[in-house]
Amino acid sequence: MNPIWNMARKEFSDGLRNRWLLAISLLFAILATGIAWLGAAASGQLGFTSVPATIASLASLATFLMPLIALLLAYDAIVGEDESGTLLLLLTYPLGRGHILLGKFIGHGGILALATLIGFGCAMLAIAVLVDDVELSLLVWAFARFMLSSTLLGWGFLGLAYVLSSISAEKSTAAGLALGVWFFFVLVFDLVLLALLVLSEGQFNPRVLPWLLLLNPADIYRLINLSGFDGGASTAGVLSLGSDLPVPGTMLWLCLLLWVAAPLGSAWLLFRRRAS
Amino acid sequence: MNVIDIQGVSQRYGQTTVLHDLNLSLGEGEVLGLFGHNGAGKTTSMKLVLGLLQPSAGQVRVFDRLPSDPHVRQMLGYLPENVTFYPQMSGLETLRHFARLKGASNAQVDRLLEEVGLAAAARRRVKTYSKGMRQRLGLAQALLGEPRLLLLDEPTVGLDPIATQDLYRLLDRLRSQGTSIIICSHVLPGVEAHINRAAILTQGRLLALGSLRKLREDAGLPTLLRANGLKRAGPLQASWNRAGHVTQRWGVEGLEVAALNGSKLDLLRQLLNEDDPSDVEIAPPSLEDLYRYYMGQAAAHANGETA
Repeated sequence: MNPIWNMARKEFSDGLRNRWLLAISLLFAILATGIAWLGAAASGQLGFTSVPATIASLASLATFLMPLIALLLAYDAIVGEDESGTLLLLLTYPLGRGHILLGKFIGHGGILALATLIGFGCAMLAIAVLVDDVELSLLVWAFARFMLSSTLLGWGFLGLAYVLSSISAEKSTAAGLALGVWFFFVLVFDLVLLALLVLSEGQFNPRVLPWLLLLNPADIYRLINLSGFDGGASTAGVLSLGSDLPVPGTMLWLCLLLWVAAPLGSAWLLFRRRAS
Repeated sequence: MNVIDIQGVSQRYGQTTVLHDLNLSLGEGEVLGLFGHNGAGKTTSMKLVLGLLQPSAGQVRVFDRLPSDPHVRQMLGYLPENVTFYPQMSGLETLRHFARLKGASNAQVDRLLEEVGLAAAARRRVKTYSKGMRQRLGLAQALLGEPRLLLLDEPTVGLDPIATQDLYRLLDRLRSQGTSIIICSHVLPGVEAHINRAAILTQGRLLALGSLRKLREDAGLPTLLRANGLKRAGPLQASWNRAGHVTQRWGVEGLEVAALNGSKLDLLRQLLNEDDPSDVEIAPPSLEDLYRYYMGQAAAHANGETA
């Protein structure tokens, strides 16, 4: 346990030193507060509208940002240390590769979790204090769910970043792959699904399609945050498929957890195979 | 019990073989110099001892265990070639981080920083360090946790002559405390006095292994005697030439003679009896001469094979 903790501590203090934590927290706080007050501007209103609408807008934003930040934070975790020569040194110390990887995950994951808590927590506090007729219990419950799922989404992409970092021989390759992974899961995946839906003209088994959403952690994340409100608020596009999905909410959470564990496990296997 | 036992180890990367059937051992408190050109297999040998590579054939035992054993790593210090650290961290933070990983105390961190002369720069970021300072930080890192086996890959690169002497003195002290050390290097002036045995590698093969004395005997290289301020240099040279010695004039009134096979003392006696030199210089074959000799042998051997 101790070597993992020591690795995590170094990664976490790196995050403090190079102001990642501060930058992400600030970004989240500003965007969240902005969305809460200006999110309804499109419909001609100004000011806070409702908790479900705010969460829905925040979730669409975090679907883009969270994976990008996680990938940026961790893409060079292994290949970067290898390139700079410090990995060689670490591997001669009395700690295994699993310790190194898990320590980095805890350090990076801690930064993401704390930034989410500080950034979106500030927005939640601002809403609670400044808006008069908000239902506090609903606000806290919705934000807690939102922050927890956002953190899990971020952790999943940390794992994917470690996978890329383990297989890349150069840092620039890992950066390119990270961008590709982000592009695929956040933008391309839904388009492909839509294309399948349209081009197949109903030939495609309509019962299979919703399950495909579970292959994308970003879609699971959106399903979690957009569902669960009375009236089903504002599901649009591919996600309306999710309403056909015969799985309960807890299953979605389990899938998201699996999306954290599986990439991390694969990263461990790939890191072990990496030549030193 | 030997600290390191390398038995019949070969290492292949795909088609190329970088180590051929290497046999090498290291005892407690012994200092071994591992010499060879770039790509001779020095770093590969070190990586095998560190457990970073699995041998393609043969076996490596360190402290009678597998090299990848965490217990082994606890007792081992390693200074890689061209050591680098995290540029954003200060020297102190760097050393504390590695000390935590190795289970060494903060008190030792402070002591080591003092010892390698980095105490004043300890709070500066490593990216502001010069090559020599990074090297000294690397050395401090290798000494964390009082290792019983030290592997130093090109330890003197970037060090000034005084720092190099300090390093050698430190190695002598560690050796007297029972630490086993491998110094991996191109041939270094001045390292002779601080190693027990030398191993010369080329193309992944062990060319020569033994104490410097044994290597000198095996190589049969002459010790050079140089005398200055001679009055009868001419007749002396003539008589030595008649006796079959190789001589040459050394400056205006000087003479150099190559003493082979222990003839050094006889020649010296003769010199002092027959003349009155103002100065005498005795130059035994240096490590560099030995290295050149063995590399020449290897090249001749290789030529013979291809011819």
